[in-house]
Amino acid sequence: MSAFLTLTGREIRLALRHPADTLAAVLFFVIVAALFPFGVGPAPETLARIAPGALLAAALLAALLPLDRMFGADAEDGTLDQLLVSGLPRAGIAGAKALAHWITTGWPLMAATPVAAAMLNLPVEAWGAAIAALALATALLSLLGTAGAALTLGARRGGVLLPLLVLPLAIPAVIFGAAAIEAAGAGLSPSPFLLLLGAGVSLAVPLAPLAAGAALTGD
Amino acid sequence: MLEVRDLACLRGERAVFAGLSFRVAAGSAVLLTGANGAGKSTLLRLLAGLLRPADGTILWRGEDVAADPGAHAARLRYLGHQDAVKPALTVAENLAFFARLWGGEVAPALAALGLATLADLPGRVLSSGQKRRLALARLALAPASLWLLDEPTTGLDAASVERLRPLLAAHRAAGGIVLAATHIPLPIEDAEELRL
Repeated sequence: MSAFLTLTGREIRLALRHPADTLAAVLFFVIVAALFPFGVGPAPETLARIAPGALLAAALLAALLPLDRMFGADAEDGTLDQLLVSGLPRAGIAGAKALAHWITTGWPLMAATPVAAAMLNLPVEAWGAAIAALALATALLSLLGTAGAALTLGARRGGVLLPLLVLPLAIPAVIFGAAAIEAAGAGLSPSPFLLLLGAGVSLAVPLAPLAAGAALTGD
Repeated sequence: MLEVRDLACLRGERAVFAGLSFRVAAGSAVLLTGANGAGKSTLLRLLAGLLRPADGTILWRGEDVAADPGAHAARLRYLGHQDAVKPALTVAENLAFFARLWGGEVAPALAALGLATLADLPGRVLSSGQKRRLALARLALAPASLWLLDEPTTGLDAASVERLRPLLAAHRAAGGIVLAATHIPLPIEDAEELRL
């Protein structure tokens, strides 16, 4: 457990030393959200109608950005070999990477949600649900993305392959996340949808690191 | 203590070596020699558990290491071609990460490789020889029974190569095994040679 936290802490420290990656994801999220009013017109009702889906889609795309380098940087400088022979189980390495990705990408996206929500004219009542839905959706994407990043490690054009692998699996996150935000906007309880999203996360917590660990090899 | 039986390895459908068997006693050192592509690095990666052998077994004290990869990983140190130095972390932080995984003190390990004065410099400003010394400093952190060194002296100056002598001697005196692939003579006494 302490080795797991040591690795997570190191990943977070590295992300803090290179804040550009996190900043790029957050700015990408905000800019994509800002593009919708230009595309569909500034009519408040139309915007509020598409806001839940647009928020989720923009956040998941933004969270994909740093995944490409998740294992790639470590594989290039030999750190991955050292981690693989460190005695830490491979699933544990993947789990620590996923947790660090969620903290360094998912949390900043949650913090930027009010900005994006305001630009999409999402009712203020739904902001809380939007942050909760993004928390769970980005956690799911971090887990699925870790498995995808491990699978595409060393593949040519891995950066293109990764979204093709991961995004179809993230469709439930978009459906339930958007439904939760929509329910909150309509004055209903978002919790049934958030609970379903949480069920998806709890399924991915044990399975995704196992899949990622199996894909990590020293080849 | 370390025994290899009929080891075979395929890389891209081509046999790098096959039917390789040898035995290494506690406290001995083995230098792997052979032409480029003879499989020295591959053998070290196999012994580290980073690659799976196509055939054959690797035994530690008579037990197959594949049965418990975690225990095998805990007893070995692997030094590959790459130094695993993070450019964004300082020299001390780079080593402190491994110290937290394996135990051991950072400062003495840095001093053993002559890096004490560089402790607060970020990894990206190090020369290639200094990075290699930082990678070697991992060996000085905490004892491990099996050292697998792939060209450990690449980029090192003569004084730094000499710094390895006490490290290697202490490791062997404690019953540790060294397997090193190298073209350059290592500061190591009465080492056996395994020609691939």
